[in-house]
Amino acid sequence: MTPRPDKLSEPVATMPSLRRRIFTTDHRIIGIEYLILALTSVTIGAILSLLMRIHLVWPDRVLPFYGPILPEDYLAMVTIHGTIMLFFVLTTAPQAGFGNLILPAQIGARRMAFPVANAVSFWLTAVALVILLSSTFVPGGSAISGWTAYPPFSAVAGAGPGQGLGMDLWLASIAVFAIASTIGAINILVTIIKFRCEGMTWGRMPLTVWGWFTAALLSVIAFSVLLAALLLLFCDRHAGTGFFVPAGDLVSGVIHSGGHPGNGSPLLWLHLFWFFGHPEVYISILPGLGLTSMLLANFSRRRVFAYRTMIVTTLLIGFLGILLWGHHMFVAGLNPFAASAFAVSTMAIAIPASAKVLSWLATVWRSRPSYTTAMLFSIGFISLFITGGLSGPVLAQPILDEYLHNTFFVVAHFHLIMAMAAVFGLFAATYYWFPLMTGRMMSESLGRLHFWGTLVGAYATFLPMHITGLMGEPRHYAQLSGVANAAGQLLAGTLPLNRFITWSAIVLSTVQLVFFVNLFHSLRKGRSAPPNPWRATTLEWHPALHPNAPAEALEEATVVYRQPCEYRPTPGGELFLPQWSADTNPDIKPE
Amino acid sequence: MPSTITPIRTEPKPRRHVEDHDNGSGRRPPTDKRTGGGGDNDNWGDRPRGNHGPRERLVRYRMGIFFALASDMMFFVAIVSSFFVNQSTGHFDAYNNYINEWSATTIPPILWLNTLVLILSSITMEIARRRMFHEVDAMDEWLGLGKPITRRAIPWVAVTAVLGTIFLVGQWIAWEQLALQHVFFLSNPSSHFFYLITGVHGIHLVFGVFGLIATLIGLYVSRSLESRQIMVDCASWYWHSMGLFWIFLFVLLVFFQ
Repeated sequence: MTPRPDKLSEPVATMPSLRRRIFTTDHRIIGIEYLILALTSVTIGAILSLLMRIHLVWPDRVLPFYGPILPEDYLAMVTIHGTIMLFFVLTTAPQAGFGNLILPAQIGARRMAFPVANAVSFWLTAVALVILLSSTFVPGGSAISGWTAYPPFSAVAGAGPGQGLGMDLWLASIAVFAIASTIGAINILVTIIKFRCEGMTWGRMPLTVWGWFTAALLSVIAFSVLLAALLLLFCDRHAGTGFFVPAGDLVSGVIHSGGHPGNGSPLLWLHLFWFFGHPEVYISILPGLGLTSMLLANFSRRRVFAYRTMIVTTLLIGFLGILLWGHHMFVAGLNPFAASAFAVSTMAIAIPASAKVLSWLATVWRSRPSYTTAMLFSIGFISLFITGGLSGPVLAQPILDEYLHNTFFVVAHFHLIMAMAAVFGLFAATYYWFPLMTGRMMSESLGRLHFWGTLVGAYATFLPMHITGLMGEPRHYAQLSGVANAAGQLLAGTLPLNRFITWSAIVLSTVQLVFFVNLFHSLRKGRSAPPNPWRATTLEWHPALHPNAPAEALEEATVVYRQPCEYRPTPGGELFLPQWSADTNPDIKPE
Repeated sequence: MPSTITPIRTEPKPRRHVEDHDNGSGRRPPTDKRTGGGGDNDNWGDRPRGNHGPRERLVRYRMGIFFALASDMMFFVAIVSSFFVNQSTGHFDAYNNYINEWSATTIPPILWLNTLVLILSSITMEIARRRMFHEVDAMDEWLGLGKPITRRAIPWVAVTAVLGTIFLVGQWIAWEQLALQHVFFLSNPSSHFFYLITGVHGIHLVFGVFGLIATLIGLYVSRSLESRQIMVDCASWYWHSMGLFWIFLFVLLVFFQ
């Protein structure tokens, strides 16, 4: 495109200052900042998980520069690992990170609806992370009541080390994070509703956008409930109320009952927390579900099978996701009739989830996919989604859950379906969109090595946890050896398998170094990317949006003419019609 | 010739008309309510990106505030659910007697007056909001005849802010009256909730009053009619919602304790 003469005469824009570039309202930079935050967090979280695994099987080892790991240190690690991974990795990276980076481009918008609010949302998230990490350094250390912070443990400062100031900082961090996420979700919703370009009807929106949309709806509903719960817990801790503290609650030899004995109920916290907590799980997985559909279709050069059904199942997973929080409470004293209802709604989620799996299979059926790294990670996503999902209906039975709930079986279940599947979605997204972020390609050979190492490592780490769980290994135990009597023998029996899990976790983490090498190497020296390297059909690959495209190209109106993923084999090769292509459909030509 | 039978573009762009060439820069009067956007091909094609007509920004901000208020509603819903759970929970004492400590907090009658004040403030706010969209005045402003819209809306916004402050003072008096009867935050589970609900709602109203003051300043300072309309519009939807939330919470406190 020829630049306009008046543009040529303009002076070259000076480089914006560093301050301007960091405190920007540009959604792409905010997206990258979110991803950097998530990458930092996931590194911390992973190191913590390694420390936990090592301590679990070699409890006598001393941590260099720290000393022996005490049981409360182990619980603090559990808490920070869970909180960081759930909130600062699995919520920020798929939803806020890639949401900011890709979403506007995918709907043909130039920016988010509220850029300033967007920046505020990011910086609040960063503040929340700093508050959380700072709790490690206060007297008593971080909170030890897990990412779910069940009272009365979390409601009483004397309940353990870390339950004083550490717990307060945890509350503050999550409250700030909840506000930040709500702002971010509102931004995403309004952007999707109001900023779609001409022709981008609801039915033509890429499934990734549907994933972000549904996750944002869930965020708007769920995070404020968490905020209310945090407020009540704060009152219990500091104002002397007893919303969650039952009568005559004995903690560390002292009877605590809140300001007024009697009506407090820890179950109330569980209801409020899991009303947020379960949608939270879907917030982290929904963008990955959408991305998988799009990537499978793209790399197997097929249309997404049953596109409308995929949209409906995305919304249905979101809707059912807010109706089944009770399945986290089967062993917490929930009314058995309520448990039955929650079991039904939980198993109902298998219907849209299976529909998604069927659509994925039908999309790739008898196609000849190109197995790029992004495609491999999408297939890995499906594999983990199915493996982790299959134990879902098992745990949805109150009677089975009663036995399994506090064992590693549940740890295996949610690490496979939520943590690993969502992380595979993130890896797929990184390999797929890296050219768009940097104008360079990531190394495919390193990518394949990373994929196979991660897949094998993930299965080797989390599959055996089902078995140790069935053998009776409980969650949150800092040590499995050195326990007397029959229970001790039972725990010790799981040790060989646990050592294998720990070694697998070490391998899994080491393989991630390949990813970091690939990332930083490709950032500087990667092969430069063609405008549309994957021959994708969605709008973010519009030539005008390429990092190296002239600025004037952006001024051109984008118009969408079709659904994504229109591919067709033709005698002369293969035809693909991007969403912005105005060409007619060759199938309906009159000839 | 196939191209004449099947047009190249299945969805042709609308033809350009000079009078349709509206980029939201004020060339059309601000009474034009077409917004564009939403992927529905509504009067879209002729405009540069990111600026889709006079009301586009207004509708966007309004939608943002609606989602924020929906989220806020869930916050109150969570607290109200806790209210009912705590109300119906008891415990067994050492003699195996079932004890429910809940005893209803008497509602200070001044709350009825406060509620009336809040409803009144919602009405004044709605008048202010409608003044901001008065078409004749908007045309006057568009023609450059001063800021009649602002002139007419400012008193109503100011009255709303004053009424809001009166409501807050009234809530404070209600707390004082309860304190005189020795009903404090910690007295009883029901008083926990009375103070918590009125307190949290009061904080929302403090934000609201600050918002109204910011709006008043904005009405003086801002030159763009659209920005002023957005400020008043968003402030008033927030205000109405706080009124609705209060009526809901007040009914809860009066009839469901």
